[in-house]
Amino acid sequence: MKYTSTGNKDTRSGFGAGLHELGKTNPNVVALCADLVGSLKMEDFIKENPERFIQTGIAEANMIGLSAGLTIGGKIPFAGTFAAFATGRVYDQIRQSVAYSNKNVKICASHAGLTLGEDGATHQMLEDIGLMKMLPNMTVIVPCDYNQTKAATIAIAEYVGPVYLRFGRPAVPNFTPADQKFVIGKANMLTEGSDVTIIATGHLVWKALEAADVLAEKGISAEVINIHTIKPIDEEAILKSVSKTRCVVTAEEHMLNGGLGDSVAQILSRKLPSPMEMVGVNDVFGESGKPNELMVKYGLDTPNIVEAAQKVIKRK
Amino acid sequence: MADIEFLKKMATQVRRDVIRMIHKPSSGHPGGSLGCADFFTALYFDVLKIDPKNFTMDGIGEDLFFLSNGHLSAAWYSVLARKGYFDIKELSTFRLINSRLQGHPTPAEHLPGIRIASGSLGQGLSVACGAALAKKLNGDNHLVFSLHGDGELQEGQIWEAAIFAAAKKIDNLISTVDYNGKQIDGPVDQVNTLGDLKGKWTTFGWEVLETNGNNMKELLATINKAKSLTGKGKPIVILMHTEMGMGVDFMMGTHKWHGKAPNEEEFERAMAQLPETIGDF
Ligand SMILES: Cc1ncc(C[n+]2csc(CCOP(=O)(O)OP(=O)(O)O)c2C)c(N)n1
Ligand SMILES: [Mg+2]
Repeated sequence: MKYTSTGNKDTRSGFGAGLHELGKTNPNVVALCADLVGSLKMEDFIKENPERFIQTGIAEANMIGLSAGLTIGGKIPFAGTFAAFATGRVYDQIRQSVAYSNKNVKICASHAGLTLGEDGATHQMLEDIGLMKMLPNMTVIVPCDYNQTKAATIAIAEYVGPVYLRFGRPAVPNFTPADQKFVIGKANMLTEGSDVTIIATGHLVWKALEAADVLAEKGISAEVINIHTIKPIDEEAILKSVSKTRCVVTAEEHMLNGGLGDSVAQILSRKLPSPMEMVGVNDVFGESGKPNELMVKYGLDTPNIVEAAQKVIKRK
Repeated sequence: MADIEFLKKMATQVRRDVIRMIHKPSSGHPGGSLGCADFFTALYFDVLKIDPKNFTMDGIGEDLFFLSNGHLSAAWYSVLARKGYFDIKELSTFRLINSRLQGHPTPAEHLPGIRIASGSLGQGLSVACGAALAKKLNGDNHLVFSLHGDGELQEGQIWEAAIFAAAKKIDNLISTVDYNGKQIDGPVDQVNTLGDLKGKWTTFGWEVLETNGNNMKELLATINKAKSLTGKGKPIVILMHTEMGMGVDFMMGTHKWHGKAPNEEEFERAMAQLPETIGDF
């Protein structure tokens, strides 16, 4: 493979590392958490900046409102909890106090998707991308590994406006450059190919690269794009690639309804109708299990991407 | 020293503005706006340390006010305009298409004086707490004020924020409850009673004051008392007894005028009870 993992690391630790660095470089950054400091890897920031950390207790609605209020004094709040409680639980608070009010709040959501594992469906948030991308003013970012999550965390502090940053619990291959510059809204072209475009986000990006390898062995040339910013989406990169390959597979750890695939389909159906297959969760809740077992059971694994690619090529 | 006579005149003009503003689009919430007209007037014309001509979003170096019960927008807009945040002529655009004076307040239209959207009830106390924390982080010793409906207090988020404000000793915050005992579906006591409201706030760790919100002198004295209690480790709440619909006889003593516009005949009757004092927009 063109890319090598420097070892498995969790994306939430990338968030923690980015926040830690922001603590040193940006005096306006304030962190909030609703009783999940360890899970969100906020300890290093808190140790060095106790006065800039706000423990809200288990009160997520209040945490969102506090964050909106803090921006009014020029602060840059990073509010962290599990994705389920960072979005669905507080949708109206985000909608009114953050998105409509256009406040510079960074909603930092860990343990997104099936790979949260054993806690099961109550905690496995698979609708958050859809919920957040529907809100005007909201930027939605889903980095793919530790290094990218760290870079994204640092980048969103520079951007003024509401941001939803989604990351996860398990240790996954860390393969993007440690010194990368994260540009919001600019896709990463990972491999060049001519037969099929694979557009992936989050944990599915590495699986897309694995799928491209399997496809290469079968004589199929796949172009892999990492869409780390779901909104605003890099329309140009998508159109450019699909106008070459003329078919596309999307892959995400999210419901098919409302996810990355939806966004891509919207662009292609308007501007470049092309055969398309989508890898994602098909309108069901998750369940308890090991992350990898769940990814297999719910059809989000490397072979699912390979199969979808073969299928979509036949439809050209 | 406050000029009580001027404040009373202003409050009457605000009430007149409110009715005229709601009558034109035939839409809005007169009840709470009329009940809190004295409060808005007292706050903006006597209490708040603000700079209406140089509105800044961050409000550093100024007192801040947050309207959590956003349906009282008409009275707030009237007072903001009369205080000089924007031209009083703009009051005639309330709730009409292409207006900055949205049905519920929002910063999205860049109307000076507005820092957060409200309308969905229950969110403003959290926002006020966040802004108060930012003031502390900035070393800014100005105060944060907020207004809430009593029905609004049925929202859980209010009590999340109430626990938080006491726990974190947010003592640069003065919140006021429009304690009119009424909400859309009827008396608060019948809909979902708040029970011993004073006791609730007290056990939540707040300093609690009570006042008659339709007596300008008493109201001002209470707010000034509240100010003297800031900086002592506790958030402060004023339970402000008001009469919904205050100033228009047929709108008082009922919850029916919470969110209803007067027809022509009702409009004329209301106007007759609210003489022009400062000058109409
Ligand atoms: C979250 C939410 N639920 C319901 C409403 C609809 N609503 C608007 S005002 C109101 C009654 C509010 O009662 P209160 O706070 O006592 O205000 P008052 O009627 O006294 O002005 C309701 C239910 C709303 N705006 N927000
Ligand atoms: Mg009421």
